[in-house]
Amino acid sequence: MGQKIKRKTPYDVVTIFILFILAILFSFPLYWIITGSFKDAAAINAANPQWFPKNPNTDNFVRLLKNPALRWLFNSVFISVVAMGLTCISAAMGGYALAKKRFIGQKFLFTVFVCAMALPKQVVLIPLLKEMSFLGMHNTLWAVILPAVGWPFGVFLMKQFSETIPTEMLEAARIDGAGEANTFLTIVLPIVKPGIGALAIFTFITTWNDYFLQLIMLNSQKNLTISLGIAKLQSEMSNDFGMIMAGAALGAVPIILIFLLFQKYFTQGITMGAVKG
Amino acid sequence: MQKDNLNLKRSRALVRRETISAYLFLLPCLIFFLGFVIVPMIMCIVTSLFNYTMSEFTFVGFANYIEMFKDKIFLQALKNTIVIVVVSVPVVTAFSLWVGARIYRINAFTRSFFRCVFYLPVVTGTVAVAVVWKWMFNKYTGLFNLVLKDFGLIDQNISWLGDERTALWCIILILFTTSIGQPIVLYVAALGNVDTSLVEAASVDGASKFQTFWHIKWPSIMPTTLYILVITTINSFQCYSLIQLLTSGGPNHSTETIMYYIYYQAFKLNRYGYGNAMGVFLAIFIAVFSAIQFKVTKSGSES
Repeated sequence: MGQKIKRKTPYDVVTIFILFILAILFSFPLYWIITGSFKDAAAINAANPQWFPKNPNTDNFVRLLKNPALRWLFNSVFISVVAMGLTCISAAMGGYALAKKRFIGQKFLFTVFVCAMALPKQVVLIPLLKEMSFLGMHNTLWAVILPAVGWPFGVFLMKQFSETIPTEMLEAARIDGAGEANTFLTIVLPIVKPGIGALAIFTFITTWNDYFLQLIMLNSQKNLTISLGIAKLQSEMSNDFGMIMAGAALGAVPIILIFLLFQKYFTQGITMGAVKG
Repeated sequence: MQKDNLNLKRSRALVRRETISAYLFLLPCLIFFLGFVIVPMIMCIVTSLFNYTMSEFTFVGFANYIEMFKDKIFLQALKNTIVIVVVSVPVVTAFSLWVGARIYRINAFTRSFFRCVFYLPVVTGTVAVAVVWKWMFNKYTGLFNLVLKDFGLIDQNISWLGDERTALWCIILILFTTSIGQPIVLYVAALGNVDTSLVEAASVDGASKFQTFWHIKWPSIMPTTLYILVITTINSFQCYSLIQLLTSGGPNHSTETIMYYIYYQAFKLNRYGYGNAMGVFLAIFIAVFSAIQFKVTKSGSES
C-alpha cells in the first residue's frame, strides 16, 4: 500500500478557514456572557460594543448574589447529581437484563422502550404536572428528577453496552455458583463501566439544561434552578443586563467545564445511543 | 420420552427463574418508566376527550379535536411549526454532514476542537444562549443592526424579534445553532466507521471523490442520517423554550408554535383537556412525519 503524500487542495484550505470563522461565531455567545459579566453598566449599554471589558469588576456578581443565586446553583447541582445517580443504577440493571437474559415479554418491553423514545416528551408535561401535584411533589425538586430518570434513553444505552459482555463469562460465574447480585457486581459492572460513564455525563448535562421541565414543575423562589433564576431575572429586571450576564455565566461555566472534562465519554454516549437502523 | 419431558420441565423452570430475575433487575427502571412516562401518556390521551379545566371535568368525545381545526391561532401555530421543521431539518442535516465530512479525517485534536465548539450552544443552555441572542437582535443596541448599518446594508434599525416578517427566521437561526452539535458528533463517528478497504478499492478503480462519497460512504452512513433526521424532526416540532424566552409567540402570533400554544392554553387559560388534545395531535403528527422519512430514505437507498 503506497503512502500517498497528502497535498492540501484549495478546497481544503478554504473550508478549514470557513470552519474557523464558524467556530468563532459559535463560541461568541459564551465569550460575550463571560466578558459581559465583568463589565459595568456603561460598557454594557454602550452603543458601540466593548469587545473586551476595559475596567473589569465584580459588581455584577455582588448584585447577583443579593438574589439566592447560590441556592439556585445548588438546586441545579442537586437535581443533576441525583438524576444522574438514579438513572445510572436503574439503567445499568435494566440494560443488563434486556441484553443478557432471555425472558417472557422481552421483545415487547424493548419495543415499548424504543417507541417511547421516539415520542415527543414535552407533550406529556401537563398530565405529569397533575400527577406530581397528586403525589404532593409539585414544586419540589423531585418533580424534575423523577421524570428525567424515567426517560428510557438510559436503559437503551446500557443495553447497547451490555451486549458486549461475553455470555461465557456469565455462564462460568453461574457454574461457579455465584448469585445474581454477585455476578452483576463483579462481572457486569466492570465491563459496562464506560457505558455508565457516558450515561452519567449525558444525564447530568441534559437534566441541568432541561429548562422546560423545570419551568413547569418549579415556581417558588427557593426551589428555582439556575436556568429558571436567570430567566426570572431577565423578565423582572431586564434593565440590569450586567447582572443577568453574571447569572448566565454562573449557570453556564460549571456545566461547560464538566462537558470539556468528560467530553470523550459524552461523545461516546451520544454515538452508542443512536438507534441502529 | 421421559427424559424429554424432564428436560422440558427443567427448561421451563429455568425460563421462569430467568424471567423472575430479569424482572427484578428491570424493576427500578420499570417503576420510573411506567410511573413518569407511560402513566402521563395514558392520562394525556384520556383527558384529551374531556372538557377539563380548574372546575370542570366532563366527557366531550372528540369536541376538543374538532375545535382545534376551527381555531385560527392553532392553525397559525401549526403552519409556523411546519415552516420551522421544513427549513431546519434539511439545513441541519446537510450542514452537519458537511462539517462531519470535513473534520472526520483531520488530526484528533482539531477534530475534537470543532466537535466541542459546535456543541457549545447546547451545553451553554437555552436560557444563557437566549440572553445573548436577545441582545444581538435588539433594535437599538443590538449587534446585528450595528454591523449591518456599518456595512451600509440597512439604514433603518430593524426590530428583529418584534417584526412579523423576521421573528420566526430569528428563532430558526438560533434553533439551528443549538441543533447541530449532536448530528456532527454522530456523522464524525459514522464516517470514521466506513470500511476503508471499500474506499481504497474505489479510488484504485479511479472513482472521483464525489463518486466514492455517493456510492460508498453515503449508503453506509444511511442509518445515521435516518436517526439524525428523526431526532432533528422531533426537536424542531417541540420548539418551545426559545419562544417562551424571546418572543412569547408574538408579534401577532407569528412565532406561535404548537408547543407554545399548548402551554398557553393549559397554564394561562387552564384548559388542560384542550391542551392535551393538541399534544396528542402533535405526537401523531410527528409519528406520521417520521414514518414518511423512513419510507422515503429507505426506498431512496435501495434504488
